[in-house]
Amino acid sequence: MSDKKIRVLVAKPGLDGHDRGAKVVARGLRDAGFEVIYLGLRLTPEQIAESAIQEDADVVGLSCLSGAHMSLFPTTTRLIREKGGKDILVVGGGIIPKEDVSMLRKAGMAQLFGPGTPLEEIVKFIRANVGG
Amino acid sequence: MSEKKKSGELTERKKEFRTTVGGIEVERVYTAADLQGLSEEDIGLPGEYPFARHIMPTGYRGRLWTMRQYAGFGTVEETNERFKYLYKQGQTGFSVAFHLPTQEGYDSDHPLAAGEVGKCGVAIDSLQDMERLWEGIPLADVSTSMTINATAPVILAMYIAAAEKQGVEKGKLNGTVQNDILKEYIARNTYVFGPTPSMRLVTDICCYCAQNMPQWNSISISGYHMREAGSTAVQEAAFTLANGIAYVQAMLDRGMEVDSFAPRFSFFFAAYTNVLEEVAKCRALRRIWAKIMKERFGAKNPRSLMLRYHVQTDGFTLTAQQPLNNIVRVTLQALAAVLGGCQSLHTNSFDEALALPSEQAVQVALRTQQIIAEESGVADTVDPLGGSWYIESLTDQIEKRVMVYIDEIDGMGGALKAIEKGYIQQEIANSAYDYQKAVDSEEQVIVGVNKFVTEDEYTPETLEIGVEVEKKQIEGLRRLREERDNSKVGQALERVGSTARSHENVMPAMIEAARAYATLGEISDALRAVFGEYREPGVL
Repeated sequence: MSDKKIRVLVAKPGLDGHDRGAKVVARGLRDAGFEVIYLGLRLTPEQIAESAIQEDADVVGLSCLSGAHMSLFPTTTRLIREKGGKDILVVGGGIIPKEDVSMLRKAGMAQLFGPGTPLEEIVKFIRANVGG
Repeated sequence: MSEKKKSGELTERKKEFRTTVGGIEVERVYTAADLQGLSEEDIGLPGEYPFARHIMPTGYRGRLWTMRQYAGFGTVEETNERFKYLYKQGQTGFSVAFHLPTQEGYDSDHPLAAGEVGKCGVAIDSLQDMERLWEGIPLADVSTSMTINATAPVILAMYIAAAEKQGVEKGKLNGTVQNDILKEYIARNTYVFGPTPSMRLVTDICCYCAQNMPQWNSISISGYHMREAGSTAVQEAAFTLANGIAYVQAMLDRGMEVDSFAPRFSFFFAAYTNVLEEVAKCRALRRIWAKIMKERFGAKNPRSLMLRYHVQTDGFTLTAQQPLNNIVRVTLQALAAVLGGCQSLHTNSFDEALALPSEQAVQVALRTQQIIAEESGVADTVDPLGGSWYIESLTDQIEKRVMVYIDEIDGMGGALKAIEKGYIQQEIANSAYDYQKAVDSEEQVIVGVNKFVTEDEYTPETLEIGVEVEKKQIEGLRRLREERDNSKVGQALERVGSTARSHENVMPAMIEAARAYATLGEISDALRAVFGEYREPGVL
C-alpha cells in the first residue's frame, strides 16, 4: 500500500534500432502510473546494469528484435545481479523464439513478452511481481 | 444516435469508418460529386505528367515489377547460397540485408558486435567478404539493392571493388544503395555520425553516382521504416517526400543541376493490409513528387519527375499468433503494391514475427508475387482502379493532407530542422501509441491476436543462426589483418581521413581503402575521428 511509484527502466541493448515496441511499452507503463526511465537504444549490457542500480529501478525492461537476445539479455541480467540488483525484476520483449524463452527464464528473467502482447498484460505482470 | 442522423433509418456496424487507426474517414459511398475539385490532368494517363496512374504508359504490360526479396544472414557463404536459391526460384533482383555491425560501422570483432554477428543480415567486414558474397553471380548481369545508410560509402566502395575483381567496370553496374540517412534519425536508428557530416556523405554518393554510375540509383528515400515505427499512411508519404525535398535541395546547394541527379533518385514505401488506402497513397505520391520536381525545382527531364519506388509488405502487421494467416496478409499487401504501380517488390515471409525466415517461408513469399503476376490478371491493364470514385477521392485527400505536413515542415526550415526538433519523431510516436491503444481496446481488430483467438498454435520450423558464425567471422578478420599489406591499409585510411576533413568527394578514397582490404570498422573509425558520433535525443 505504499505510495512509492514503481520505477521501471526501459532500454535496448545492442545495435538493434527497432524501438517502436520499447517506446510504446514505456509510454503505456507511464500512463499506467509507473515512473518510467527510457534509456534509449544502442546500449551495452554494462551501461544498462549501471543505470538500473543508479536509478534504483524496481523493474528493467529490455527489448531486442535483432536476434541477439540470447547473448544480450542474459549478460545484462547477470550484470544487474552482480552490481547488487538482486531484487530487480528483469523482463524482456521482441522476436523471441519459444525455445529461447525457457533458457532466458533460467538466466534470471521473470517474463518475456512477444508480439501482440496487450499493454495491460505487462502492467498486470509488473504489479503482481514487484516486491513479491 | 449519430448513425441515425448520418444515414437515415439505416444502421451501420460502426460509428465511423477509417482506413486505418488515425487514417482518413471513409464515407458510405462515393459518387462523381466527390471528384469535383479534381482537374482532368490530375488523373490523366499512365506515362504522362503528373503520373498519378503509372510512370510508364504500358505499366506492367511492358515489364513486370522486379521481384526482389530482401535476404542476408550468417556468413557470406550462407547468404550466397540463399541468393542463388532465390534466383533459381525466379527472383529477378537481389536485395542485401547486412547485419547491424556492418550497418553501424563496427567490425565483427568489436565488443558492441557481440551477439549480433550474422543475425539480422550478412556479416561484411571487408572486400574479401564482399567478393565471396557474389561468387558465381555475375555482377554485370544483375541488379542489386543494398540496405545500407550510415556506412553506404564504404559498402558501395566494396561493391565497386568486388565488381572490378569480376572484370566489371562501375559504369555498368545496376542497383541501389539506400543511402537515406534522414529516416535513420526518425525511425530506423542505424546512424553513426551527426546529421551535417551525414548529409555530406549522402550527397558525396549522389554526386559520384551521377558522374560515374549512370545506371545506379544513388539513394532510396524511404518511408517504409517510418511506417514500421508507427506512422500513418499520410505521415509516411509526407515525411518521406519532405526528406526527398531536403536531399534535392542539398544537391542543388552543392551546385549540381537538378536533371543531372534527380532521374536516379528512387523511393521505398510500405504496404499495409488496407488495400485501397495503399493504392491511393502510391498514386498520390507519384502526383505530388512530379509537381514538386516540376514546380518547385524546375526539373525538365521527365525522368526527374517520375517517382520510382520499391515496396515491402509491412513487417509490423505480421502476427506471431496463427502465423499462417500472415500469408493472406502479405498477399493483400502485395496486391495493393501492384495495384498501386510499384517498380519493385519484396514480400515478407509468414514466419517473420517468430524468427528469421526459413527457406520454405521465403519460397511462399516469392510465389505470392508470381501468382499475382501470372494468375491474377491485375497486371494486364494499367492502373485498373483509376477512375474509381473512391480511389480518386482518397488519392486526392491523401495528397491534400500530405501537403499540409510538407508546408508545416517547410515552415520549420525543412526536414532536417523538423528532425532536430524531434517533431517528426513525436508525430510518429503518437501514432504508434494510438495504434497500440486501438488494438488493446479492440477498436482495431487483428485476427488471431484480439479476435478469433485460438489456443492450439501452429509453430513453423524457423531458421536459427548459430554462434559459429561469430567465431568464423572473427577468425577471418584476424587472418585478413595478418595477410594484407598493412602499410598500404594505413596509407589508404589516412587518405580517407584527410578527404573527410577536406571538401573533396570521399568516394575515390573509399574505393582505394576497400581495394587495400581495409575493414569496414577501420574505415568507419577514420571517419569517426573526423565527424564524431551521434546520440539520439530519445523522444517517447
